[in-house]
Amino acid sequence: MNWTKKDLLEIKKLTKEEILLILETAESFKEISLREIKKVPTLRGKTIITLFYEPSTRTRTSFEIAAKRLSADTINISANTSSYVKGETLKDTGKNLESMKPDVIVIRHSMPGAPHMLARTLKSSIINAGDGAHEHPTQALLDLFTIKEKKGRIDGLKVAIIGDIIHSRVARSNIFALKQFNTEVVCCGPATMIPPHMEKLGVKVEYDINKAVIDADVIMMLRIQKERGGVSYIPSIREYACLYGLKKTHLEKAKKDVIVMHPGPMNRGIEISDEVADGEYSVILDQVENGVAVRMAILYLLTGREQ
Amino acid sequence: MKILIKKGRVIDPKNNTDDILDIYINGAVIEKIGKNIKEKGDEDAIINASGHIVAPGFIDIHTHLREPGYEYKETIKTGTLAAAKGGFTSVVCMANTDPVNDNKSVTEFILKKARMEGSCRVFPCGAITKGLKGEELSEIGEMFDAGIVAISDDGKTVKHSGLLRKALEYSKIFNIPVISHCEDTDLSQGFVNEGMASLLSGLDAVPSIAEELIVQRDIMIAEYVKAYIHLTHISTAGSVEIVALTKKRYSNISCDTCPHYFTLTEEATLNFDTNTKVNPPLRSEKDVEVIKEGLKNGTIDIISTDHAPHDLTSKDVEFNLASSGISGLETALGLSLKLVHDGVLSLSELIKKFTVNPARLLKLPYGELGEGKTADLIVFNPDMEWIVDKNLFLSKGKNTPFHGWRLKGKNLLTIVDGRIVYREGTI
Amino acid sequence: MKKRVFLDKKAIDRTLTRITHEILEKNEGCDNLCLIGIRTRGVYLAKRIQEKIKKIEKKELPVGILDITMYRDDLSKIKLPVVKKTDISFDINNKIVILIDDVMHTGRTTRAAIDALMDLGRPQKIQLAVLVDRGNRELPIHPDYAGIFYTIDKGEEILVKLKEVDGKDEVIIVGTQ
Repeated sequence: MNWTKKDLLEIKKLTKEEILLILETAESFKEISLREIKKVPTLRGKTIITLFYEPSTRTRTSFEIAAKRLSADTINISANTSSYVKGETLKDTGKNLESMKPDVIVIRHSMPGAPHMLARTLKSSIINAGDGAHEHPTQALLDLFTIKEKKGRIDGLKVAIIGDIIHSRVARSNIFALKQFNTEVVCCGPATMIPPHMEKLGVKVEYDINKAVIDADVIMMLRIQKERGGVSYIPSIREYACLYGLKKTHLEKAKKDVIVMHPGPMNRGIEISDEVADGEYSVILDQVENGVAVRMAILYLLTGREQ
Repeated sequence: MKILIKKGRVIDPKNNTDDILDIYINGAVIEKIGKNIKEKGDEDAIINASGHIVAPGFIDIHTHLREPGYEYKETIKTGTLAAAKGGFTSVVCMANTDPVNDNKSVTEFILKKARMEGSCRVFPCGAITKGLKGEELSEIGEMFDAGIVAISDDGKTVKHSGLLRKALEYSKIFNIPVISHCEDTDLSQGFVNEGMASLLSGLDAVPSIAEELIVQRDIMIAEYVKAYIHLTHISTAGSVEIVALTKKRYSNISCDTCPHYFTLTEEATLNFDTNTKVNPPLRSEKDVEVIKEGLKNGTIDIISTDHAPHDLTSKDVEFNLASSGISGLETALGLSLKLVHDGVLSLSELIKKFTVNPARLLKLPYGELGEGKTADLIVFNPDMEWIVDKNLFLSKGKNTPFHGWRLKGKNLLTIVDGRIVYREGTI
Repeated sequence: MKKRVFLDKKAIDRTLTRITHEILEKNEGCDNLCLIGIRTRGVYLAKRIQEKIKKIEKKELPVGILDITMYRDDLSKIKLPVVKKTDISFDINNKIVILIDDVMHTGRTTRAAIDALMDLGRPQKIQLAVLVDRGNRELPIHPDYAGIFYTIDKGEEILVKLKEVDGKDEVIIVGTQ
C-alpha cells in the first residue's frame, strides 16, 4: 500500500493498513540510530519546522533528531519566541511560515483542532505533536511499535491505561490505535477522570487499579495533566498516589511478562513508583528510543507521498 | 403603493386559510383577500404567485443585530436585509450589544436606526440585568415605554435565582415575557456536547444537564411567582421533556429551538469547523429526534434563528477561541422546510411556529393575513432547490456550517408594511 | 506484447558460475570477501554466489542485505517506495565488498548503494557484480563482473525473474518490437 495523506492529524482517521505501514517503515529506520554514522540522505533539502505552543522536551527533540538523521533541515519555534505573544493568530503564523516553503510543520498546541486548522489552510504537511486533550498520534504509534517489538504482536493483548484519562491525548490516541487491533483495553482512574460515555469507544472502565492490572500484558501509566486542571479532579495528589500510583505489588497481578509504559514526563512517587519506573518490566526508555524511528518513518512517508 | 398578488396558495394558520387566493394590498394594509380579484389597472406591482405559497411574514424572536457596538459583525441595516431575504418581516434583537440594551436610550437608538435603515420591523429585547452582569435589574419599565417587547440576558443565564425571581415578578407589570438562556455555567465550561463529541475531540464538554437544570429552575421560579417564562434555543431531549411535563399544568410557558438543533448533530463538530460552534452546542442524534418530536407535538412553540453573525476573525481561530453562533436568517426557511418534506410538520404547522406563535408570545399585531390587517407577508416556494452560498448572504456574518448545502425551499418575496423589501428575480 | 526468453534457468546458473569464478580469480580466493545483495533480487543472487563459493572454496562468506531506498536521488519524483530493512550483521570495515544486483542500467542504484555502504563503514574495496548490464549509463560507474550485456531498444524492457521471488528462473525481454 502507499501513503496518500498530506497530514498526520489523528489516529482516529487512520486505517489499520496505514498504521501497519508506519510501523513497518519505522522498523527499517530504527537501525540507522544504531550506526556509527547516524545519518542518511533521504530527506536532503527538505525543511521541517517544529512549532510548539506547549512545553516539550521529548517530543520536540525526538522530531528534531528524526529529521536530522534523515538529513532534513529543522527549525524550532516555540510560543515564547514566536509572534504568538505579540497577538498574531495561529493561521497568520502558519501562512507566514509557509511563505518560507517548509515541507512539514510539526505543531503542538494546547487547543484541540489547532493542527487541523493549519492543515486546512496550508499546503505543507502538518504533523500533530499533541493538540490539547485531543490526540497525540505519534506517541500512540511509538507505543504500538514498542508493544509490537516487545510482545511480537498487538492482537490478543490486554492493555490497561491508568491515570488522568479525561485530559489525556495519549490515552485517546492509544485507544483509537489499539481498537484497530483485537485488543482488550481497560481504562482506569478516578471516576472524575474518566469521561462519560467512555464505554462507547469499546473500552472497559475500572475504578480499582488492583482489578485493572489483572492479567494485563501492557500497563500504560499517565500523569495528571496539571496544565489542563487535572488537580481539581481529585482531593489531593497524595490520595491519588495512594489509590492510583503503580507499585510493584500491582505487577504481580499482571501477566508474568507484563511491560510498563509511560509517555513521560513521569512524576515519580505519584503515578509510578521508582521501583517500577526503573524495574525490569519498564520499557519507558525503549519508548523514547523508538520514538525517533517512528517519527523518521512518518516524516519519510509524508514528504514522499504521492502528489 | 398598490400590490396585487395573484393565484398563490395562501396559508394563514391564524384564520385557518389554505386556498388559492388573490391578495390586494393598498398602502400598508391588506384591502382584500379573495378569488380572482380583478386588476384595477392602477397596481404598482402585480405578482404572479402561482405555484408558490403566500404566508404571513415570519417573526424571528431571537436575532443578534450587533448594533450598536459590533458593526463589523452586523448592522441593523444588513441584519434586516438578511431577515427580509430569509422571509422575516419582524425580528427581535437581543440586548448583548455594546453598550448593552439595558436602558431606554439604547432601545431608542435601535428603534430609530431601524426606522431609518431597516428593511423589516425590529423589536428590541431589553436586558434583564444591567450590563448583563446578573447583579441588578435594568430599567425595564423605561425600556418598555421606549419599545422593548421582552427581556432577556441572552448569551448568559441570570445565575442568581433570587434576582431571576425578581425579574419574573417585575415583568408581570408590563406583561412581557422573560426569555431565558438556559445554561448552568458551573457545569458548562466547554465548547461541544458532552458525549461522543467531547469524547472524540478532547474539547471541553457541555453536558445536557447544564441546560436542563436551568430550564427546570426557571420554570419552578416562574410557576412560583406566576410569571411568564419563555425558554429560548432549547437543544436537549431533557429540556423538551421538562417543558412538555410543565405544560400539562402551567400555561404561562413557551419555548423555541433553532434550525441547527434539528438539522445537525454533535458529529458536525468533529472536524473542528468553528462554524459548528454554537451555544448551546450541537447535541446527540437522540436529542435531535426528541427536538423534532417536540416540534411535532407542540411542546416547542416557535422556531427562532438565533442569528449570530460574526466577522471572519472571530471564527477563523482555534475552536476554543472562536465565537459561538451561526448566521441563520437566510437559511432558516430552507432548513425548516425539511421538517415538512420529511413529514414531521405540515406546512401550516411550520408557518405557525414562525408567525402566530411568536406574535402571540410578544403580543404583536402581526403574523396573520386578513382584510384590514397590516400587509406583512411573504411569498415562498417550498420545493425550489438552491445551494447555500455564504458569499451571497446579505448578512455580514458569513459564518454558516451550511455553506454548499442543497436546500429545498426558498423565499421569493417579502412585503413589510405594504412595501416590497425583498424580491427574487424569478418572481 | 512480445516476450522473448533471453536466459533460461540453466543459462542463468552457468552465468553465475562464471561470475563466481571471476570474483575468485580477481581476488585470488575469497579471503576478506563479503557479499552484499541489493534488494530485492540482488539478495538472492548473492546467496547463490555464496553457495557456489562454498562449493569451490569450502568457505561460507557472510551475506548482507542492502536496501538503498533511503539513498535514492529520485524520491520526490517517483511513487513512494516502501523502505525495507538493511541487514548487514558483519563489520564491513577493511573488507572487500562484492555488491550484487540483478540489472545495471543508469548506475544510479549503484551510486546509492555505494553511498549507503560508505555510511556503514570503510570497506577496503567495493566491487560490483550484475547479472545483466543493459547499458545506457548516466553515471561513470561500471560493473567489475557482468553476466550478459544487452542494450535494449526503445519500448523494450529486460526483466530478471528468480525462483525465490517470481517462482521461476529466467531473463526475458518484453516489448513492442
